[in-house]
Amino acid sequence: MSILIKKAIIVNHANISKEPQDILIERGVIAKIASKISDPADKTIEANGKYALPGLIDLHCHLREPGFEHKETIETGSRAAAKGGFTTIVCMPNTNPVIDNAKIVEGILKEAKRVGLVHVLPAGAITKGEKGEELSDILELKAAGCAALSDDGRTVYNSQLMRHALEYAKMANMIIMEHCEDPTISKGSMNEGYYSTLLGLKGIPDIAETMIVARDIELARYLKTRIHFCHISAKRSIELIRQAKAQGVAVTAESCPHHFSLTEEAVQSFNTNTKVNPPLRTKEDVEAVKLGLKDGTIDCISTDHAPHAREEKELEFDAAPVGMIGFETAFGLAVRELVDTKCITWSTLVEKMSFMPAKILGLPEKGEIAEGKSADMVIVDPQKEWVVKEETIVSKSKNSPFIGQTLKGLVETTICSGKISYQA
Amino acid sequence: MIGWKYGDLLDLSDLTREDIERVIETAKAFKEVSTRDIKKVPALRGKTVVMLFAEPSTRTRISFELAAKRLSADTLNVTVSTSSAQKGETLLDMAKNIEAMNVDMIIVRHKSAGVAHVLARALKPGVINAGDGCRAHPTQALLDMFTIQERLGRIEGLNVAIIGDVLHSRVARSNINGLVKMGAHVTLCAPTTLMPPGIEKQGVAITHKLDDVLPRADVLMFLRLQKERQEEKYLPSIREYVQHFGLTTEKLKNAKKDVLVMHPGPVNRGVELSAEVADGINSVILEQVTNGVAVRMAILYLLFGKKEKVS
Repeated sequence: MSILIKKAIIVNHANISKEPQDILIERGVIAKIASKISDPADKTIEANGKYALPGLIDLHCHLREPGFEHKETIETGSRAAAKGGFTTIVCMPNTNPVIDNAKIVEGILKEAKRVGLVHVLPAGAITKGEKGEELSDILELKAAGCAALSDDGRTVYNSQLMRHALEYAKMANMIIMEHCEDPTISKGSMNEGYYSTLLGLKGIPDIAETMIVARDIELARYLKTRIHFCHISAKRSIELIRQAKAQGVAVTAESCPHHFSLTEEAVQSFNTNTKVNPPLRTKEDVEAVKLGLKDGTIDCISTDHAPHAREEKELEFDAAPVGMIGFETAFGLAVRELVDTKCITWSTLVEKMSFMPAKILGLPEKGEIAEGKSADMVIVDPQKEWVVKEETIVSKSKNSPFIGQTLKGLVETTICSGKISYQA
Repeated sequence: MIGWKYGDLLDLSDLTREDIERVIETAKAFKEVSTRDIKKVPALRGKTVVMLFAEPSTRTRISFELAAKRLSADTLNVTVSTSSAQKGETLLDMAKNIEAMNVDMIIVRHKSAGVAHVLARALKPGVINAGDGCRAHPTQALLDMFTIQERLGRIEGLNVAIIGDVLHSRVARSNINGLVKMGAHVTLCAPTTLMPPGIEKQGVAITHKLDDVLPRADVLMFLRLQKERQEEKYLPSIREYVQHFGLTTEKLKNAKKDVLVMHPGPVNRGVELSAEVADGINSVILEQVTNGVAVRMAILYLLFGKKEKVS
């Protein structure tokens, strides 16, 4: 199967092609890039000057299978990811059972391959059952195909255990993705501050996040190893990470679209789709996330796609589960909030949503459109504005606070391993 | 009801100063009804008022029920002992079922903030918030303001101290909202651990010493302290709390002679107030209860007026 893309502006993290280019894809690889390619191909896509980006890579999502198939499955999640322009996604291990052994990993990889729309890379649990008590068989998880380690949903709170996890993961050459939340101070359902006071909801202070960020920076510095911080939301966390990077500590970090698009004020609606962990924070935090993305403190944008069924979200605010879906809105939000506002360039967007995630995962064949690289690619209309509608969401769950909003930048075609995985 | 715009009462932040004055004025007229031999007017004849209480309450429920009955409405009590989540039924399901029986007004009390808000958005009947989590208890604040107005002739310019567990208090939040709007000078007095963050943005002063508020206050409004705050580590001990934030006859000597002592009830005797103070001449606690019925009659009357105009 070969695909010829005609006249696309190629956007890479380092540059944007000045003139439209033709791209020939053969056997899952980018075979040739030139201003005019006349080779025969099984399929031709007329890009007409639209943008071709390396396939988006999401370091953080929840596919809910096994165990919570009423929220999402590998199949429905893959479909939603492809629609959102993603070609590689890292799914978190808080399934049931937890992804803490080879059998579960194999099951997920097999199903993902059967679906075949997106590369699904499971994150294995750092600790057995994500209980924070004993290490998972990390080398076994690596051999089975886990791309990273995380106890997402909770922090590894015991510092000695976290130390060993980091040391052991270094040996396995796996990245640890820490969910930063001190559980002893985070019992609440929104950001702590004026709005939690106003709404009478228990607050989660930003120090619940920052204290763990600070601890982990110290661990990584001391152990001379690397660590990745999931869904960073607080201004102070970003300051700590910026300082750590300046001092040469090997930390990387991600932030989610909702943390640069929404503030805690959105909770005033009592719409449970605004309940997320870490919580939506203040205007200052949102500005800090944007600045962090701009100056490189925040390396990438992840979705934290977290589907929940309607009946689970239609509860009292404090009783509802945390999380919102994100695959289908991440790109449009990033364009609207970051590129359109001149906060970052198109190239930086590609850096945050493809190049750096590939680098963090250690996937040199991804994250860039160049001859010889994997044919994971997305063609987007950069100017197209569109409205998020519940009925067009393909994820099994519809828990998005962005329904009704106008986003910018439409994914038209997603190509994964040289095959079209989504077509608008 | 010319000029009354609202079909629901969720939070005092929705009401203007004029609206609050209107409620007080209307309540004044209804207070007289409860002193009659025949305590009933036909204003809401044929209307059905449902009380959906998902949290234990005696006085608020009885107060609303009496208010509705004295206006000739039919009332129905629905007590929900467990949260909707535990029953596998969503809150909305339950409310929609009640709505489907063609009721006219739903009065809701719930331990979770925002429930009244969500129901009001989803349902046709009017919704009155009878207390949602730590967020709001608008009729309590209205009856408190009615009591102050009746006793002291004004609210504007008065020094009102709200003392106790402000952090967990919907009564405090609604009173702050209303009293500030009415021009009172509000000071909050609580241990640092029970003061909600950012509350000063609501235009109130803050202190952690009862002595700071006692001499100047025209009104001392005490909040109920839940005993579990000690277990939850907000406080070292109830004993120490009582010493520093409880009111006794001895401490009352430092206050103005005619200061009003208020409490939304039920009083933890010997904690917020000593028994002597709770029953003493400055206490208007039982008057608050009496006025509660009048204020709730006024609210029902005003809200139904709006509903009729719409249909």
